[in-house]
Amino acid sequence: MEVKDANAALLSNFEVYQLLTDLKQQRKESGKTKQSSGQQNLNTIMYETLKYISKTPCRYQSPEIVREFLVAMKDHKLTKAEKLQLLNHRPVTAVEIQLMVEESEERLTEEQIESLLQTVTTILPGDPEEQHRDSAMATEDKAATDVV
Amino acid sequence: MFVLVEMTDTVRIPPWQFERKLNESIAEELNKKLANKVVYNVGLCICLYDITKLEDSYIFPGDGASHTKVHFRYVVFHPFLDEILIGQIKSCSQDGVHVSIGFFDDIVIPPESLQQPAKFDEAEQVWVWEYETEEGAHDLYMDIGEEIRFRVVDETFVDTSPTGPSSAEASTSNATEEVQKKEAPYTLVVTMCINFYSLVSVVVYSVSEIAPLSQGTDCFKLTMKQSQNERSGKGEKQSFSCGCSVF
Repeated sequence: MEVKDANAALLSNFEVYQLLTDLKQQRKESGKTKQSSGQQNLNTIMYETLKYISKTPCRYQSPEIVREFLVAMKDHKLTKAEKLQLLNHRPVTAVEIQLMVEESEERLTEEQIESLLQTVTTILPGDPEEQHRDSAMATEDKAATDVV
Repeated sequence: MFVLVEMTDTVRIPPWQFERKLNESIAEELNKKLANKVVYNVGLCICLYDITKLEDSYIFPGDGASHTKVHFRYVVFHPFLDEILIGQIKSCSQDGVHVSIGFFDDIVIPPESLQQPAKFDEAEQVWVWEYETEEGAHDLYMDIGEEIRFRVVDETFVDTSPTGPSSAEASTSNATEEVQKKEAPYTLVVTMCINFYSLVSVVVYSVSEIAPLSQGTDCFKLTMKQSQNERSGKGEKQSFSCGCSVF
């Protein structure tokens, strides 16, 4: 076996998630014709990886969302690795941005960090339950202040 | 976290599988060979991405099976340097905290890379971050199962292919030498120590409030206030959500 290129391309969590769910669908459809002895490794790694990735924000992404995100990121002048991390993690605070973007204090002003956060949270969908809870809490607070 | 690796290999298809489509047989063989295995200096192989090129299949004398040279791309877990990942604490020991991400377990945080000051609690076998504030010291325990964020600092590949027959002394004491030391073929050394050093000043953080992260859990959100920032001249409020339990 020969490795031609150990770093041909970077894959986002979303792409791997899509690939694994498609593969799982295919294997389910083809039925139990495969000998399970050799397939055990593949089953294990697929199950564990799918379990891990399903807990990340990439579960709610789609190819159009990813494309839109990358277009929006063009003017912020970030490296490929930084954009990939933002896509995989969906940071919501400035601290997370500072961790993922190298030398963010020199490269980005506060307004830029804020606008970056805004872009990330608007384009990339987060956990719908959390968003409902946040909006519910916001309306509750508003109701409380109105009453007072 | 994941990369695409281009590889070539010769795949052997036995005669009783000739009725199946060649692409399917080859995909199955490649997954059987590589899935969940670590390739030296490449990473942990997950699954086949696609087959780019199939060369002619040959049948050699004496073997009824066909041999096909395949060019393919494989999805491999290989985080780049300084990548941020989220994982769960698996166990703690004297030589550090062991973290797992489900499909990959050999991630270790050496004691120097934990938030300082940290000490190892022998009684509970956990690492503790002793956080000093004006009020007093808060002990933040690194409990098992807690979710933490870490940054990849270093990776080590070990060639675990079997070695040849060892020397004469080893063969005589075979009973005790049966259990060989199992080394992990791929280990990640990571850090939780993020240094907020700017070019001009050292940024000092102090805890301004501790609030529960969500109901019913032991996790607390520490809101840190940046006490001095000589460059911008004003304090900023930033918050960390650490996977810590505060007792």
